[in-house]
Amino acid sequence: MARIHLSNLAHSYSGTPRSEADYALKRLDLVWDDGSAYALLGPSGCGKTTLLNIISGLIIPSEGQILFGEEDVTQLPTAARNIAQVFQFPVVYDTMTVRENLAFPLVNRGADRDYVRRRVEQIADMIGMADVLDRAARRLTADAKQKISLGRGMVREDVNAILFDEPLTVIDPHMKWELRTQLKALHREFGHTMIYVTHDQTEALTFADKVVVMYDGQVVQTGTPAELFERPAHTFVGYFIGSPGMNVIPARVEGTSAHVEGVEIPLDASYPALSGKVEIGVRPEFLTLSKDGPGLPVRVRRIEDVGRHRIVRLEFFGREINVVVPEGRPVSQEMNRVVFDPARVGVYVEDRLVEGRMLQGRAA
Amino acid sequence: MAQAAVVRAQGATLARTSAAAGPRVKTSAVVMTLYLVFLLLPIYWLFNMSLKDNSEILSSFSLWPQEPTLDNYRTILTDASWYMGYVNSMIYVVMNTVISVTVALPAAYAFSRYRFMGDKHLFFWLLTNRMAPPAVFALPFFQLYSAVGLFDTHIAVALAHCLFNVPLAVWILEGFMRGVPKEIDETAYIDGYSFPRFFVKIFMPLIASGIGVAAFFAFMFSWVELLLSRTLTSVDAKPIAATMTRTVSASGLDWGVLAAAGILTIVPGALVIWFVRNYIAKGFALGRV
Amino acid sequence: MDKTVNQKAWFLVLPVLVLVAFSAVIPLMTVVNYSFQDTFGQNVFFWAGFEWFEQVLASERIRDALGRQILFSAIILAIEVPLGILVALCMPRKGIWVSVCLVLMALPLLIPWNVVGTIWQVFARVDIGLLGRTLSELGIDYNYTQDALDAWITIIVMDVWHWTSLVALLAYAGLVSIPSAYYQAAKIDQASRWKVFRYIELPKMQGVLLIAILLRFMDSFMIYTEPFVLTGGGPGNATTFLSIDLVKTAIGQFDLGPAAAFSLIYFLVILLISWVFYTVMVNLDKKEGV
Repeated sequence: MARIHLSNLAHSYSGTPRSEADYALKRLDLVWDDGSAYALLGPSGCGKTTLLNIISGLIIPSEGQILFGEEDVTQLPTAARNIAQVFQFPVVYDTMTVRENLAFPLVNRGADRDYVRRRVEQIADMIGMADVLDRAARRLTADAKQKISLGRGMVREDVNAILFDEPLTVIDPHMKWELRTQLKALHREFGHTMIYVTHDQTEALTFADKVVVMYDGQVVQTGTPAELFERPAHTFVGYFIGSPGMNVIPARVEGTSAHVEGVEIPLDASYPALSGKVEIGVRPEFLTLSKDGPGLPVRVRRIEDVGRHRIVRLEFFGREINVVVPEGRPVSQEMNRVVFDPARVGVYVEDRLVEGRMLQGRAA
Repeated sequence: MAQAAVVRAQGATLARTSAAAGPRVKTSAVVMTLYLVFLLLPIYWLFNMSLKDNSEILSSFSLWPQEPTLDNYRTILTDASWYMGYVNSMIYVVMNTVISVTVALPAAYAFSRYRFMGDKHLFFWLLTNRMAPPAVFALPFFQLYSAVGLFDTHIAVALAHCLFNVPLAVWILEGFMRGVPKEIDETAYIDGYSFPRFFVKIFMPLIASGIGVAAFFAFMFSWVELLLSRTLTSVDAKPIAATMTRTVSASGLDWGVLAAAGILTIVPGALVIWFVRNYIAKGFALGRV
Repeated sequence: MDKTVNQKAWFLVLPVLVLVAFSAVIPLMTVVNYSFQDTFGQNVFFWAGFEWFEQVLASERIRDALGRQILFSAIILAIEVPLGILVALCMPRKGIWVSVCLVLMALPLLIPWNVVGTIWQVFARVDIGLLGRTLSELGIDYNYTQDALDAWITIIVMDVWHWTSLVALLAYAGLVSIPSAYYQAAKIDQASRWKVFRYIELPKMQGVLLIAILLRFMDSFMIYTEPFVLTGGGPGNATTFLSIDLVKTAIGQFDLGPAAAFSLIYFLVILLISWVFYTVMVNLDKKEGV
């Protein structure tokens, strides 16, 4: 096992990229720590599968290097990289039994027969398929097949990383949860580096220690689920993670306050003069509603009760913003003021978070 | 968008791997080339002969015509007893194609959508007709069509060819129809479509490629068949293929004209293939891939 | 797919039934009728029972033809199926060459069968044919009109030329339907080229290959026109296959009774073998459907 370093990497499918737009994967530098569980999150077509295929060696990047530990593997073929991959649709060898499927990578590498038998049984125990080892793989359900794919990946002890390409796409909803839990348990127990590609934020946030968010061919933020939630580095992260997503409002920022339609919103940091597209972002969870209290004027459009909390759709100077009201807090149609928590308001220039200078006494 | 990206990704993967595995790709190109040469050489030889006159064919041996001439083609295209053969063939082939596909459509729909008494046996029985050797039917056909006064008509040949083309068309269409979700039918009925209107307006466009493939196969097997078409015709509906065999024995073997006639029989098939080339692969799997 | 029970579906099948009844059942009845009767001309028939069947089954000539037929079908299946798979594996997967290869490969399939015979007759002749001439220039004693073995080889090569593309196109259709993830997984598992073929490509081609084998078996077992044009069944009876023999009996000698009995037995043999194929195929379909 080893740390995976994508150094100065970029990829374009056309041979001669002319502009930034020709790159399916824009220049990035990324380190995947050994033994961590990562999620690679982003909408369809954002380049996450390309990135995954570059790591596994199915695609050779047009620029940059891939380092496993200290070794440059950029030009190495897939088989030499000791990577396992679980695909979107279960890939099992139909004509083989479960046992033969699991043994396949070892047999191909010329492993000793006794060792293969022991190892296969060990893996079958791990993925909970010991009792169906001699069944034909073809007859199994989709989730069982996906487990076999996973088992085929883990059967090699020298595997550097296990890659998952939206592995739960074709799995029944009630099995998804179970498989994910099992994956998590396997990770905790054996500590493989795992990279899990998905466009589903729940999957990403529940599976991963660290989430890498991709958008339009670039990595926009890497962080723990809590970091992504509390301090989105990009408006896309704010919008894509969370339900509903972050409120993003065009604003003029001056010193320690933002101005929206002439109304002042206090911030907890001081900013220099900003130019370009300037917006402030605040999650619906960090807004407080009241009737005739302090704050900015709003009008309640709709209140949706989603069980644990309520989502209030507000009209705020002609645009819609959302507020999440936790259980136990009253809410009514008459409420007409909203307060932004200054510590939770981020300032974005051209979609990227800018750091202000912390005000004295609030730095903690 | 996402699809396109994926396709591009796979394309690039393939391109790269093939570049990496240079020698293997070359082997397959060599095998493919050899195979195509094997396929084309006899056809080329026929073409070569069709451009020579009979004395050149018999007296000298050359890989290409020494004195190329179009006389053989001129003979065929100006002599009614020759070119009417093509006309006759085209007439009954088109008739057969239309009949086969038309009757096969509703039947295939029934087989793909409903269960009814004896459906499985019926389906197999239909298929057995595709398995019947034409030689078995040649004589009874002759007697049957003579008895009903259809001997030596285009429709007789077209009907006879239905023997193997209708079952095949049903089979192909059923395969394609199975791929259309049943919900589409139900939605249409809920929207107030009557069955015929639904079938023509909604369903048929959905299986257009299947209809194309079925028509292609009907065309193909009707066009290439000789035994039945020769048995059922004498003058008025005689197909080109039969014209050829008789001329061989009668005219003292004019190889040049024979070759030119042969080349001309290849042309319609080649044209049809060109039009359906994008469906050939799926078509040959009869919609079952 | 769940099918609903609907007896009215019979009405949809009716046109096919009427048509096939007219073009298959009535002629077949005639055949059955003849097979049990004898005639001394003038359309006077009398019941002959199983006499013709006994005669056909006892006939040395027909047994020989059957033997040749089985041998022929076995040989061409043994050549065309592996060769077709090989060609399919060598097909390009994208670009303009796909269309070129597809069109060229399909070409022999759309040539009228007697023209196929003519093409090879011309091509293989020692005096004016490229193949025959080349062989004799090379000092090989080759003449398909005189030598039985040469005739057989020529007919087999002709059939391979004519029909291998069908197998190849079917196999190709099976190959292109394999998702790329399978190849990627195999690469990751370090599977050799042979194992990719054995465990991925072959299983995925199984269905279409069965169709190919079924079609090739049926058509090779019924082959008539091509060898008739090429060798006329000769030299001697060396290439007289069942259909050629049948047509000789029925139309050449007008022996209707034996010909009809022969037809029925012939048909039943094909039916039996095809039924086995069909059953296997339907079972496969079911398995795939899970």
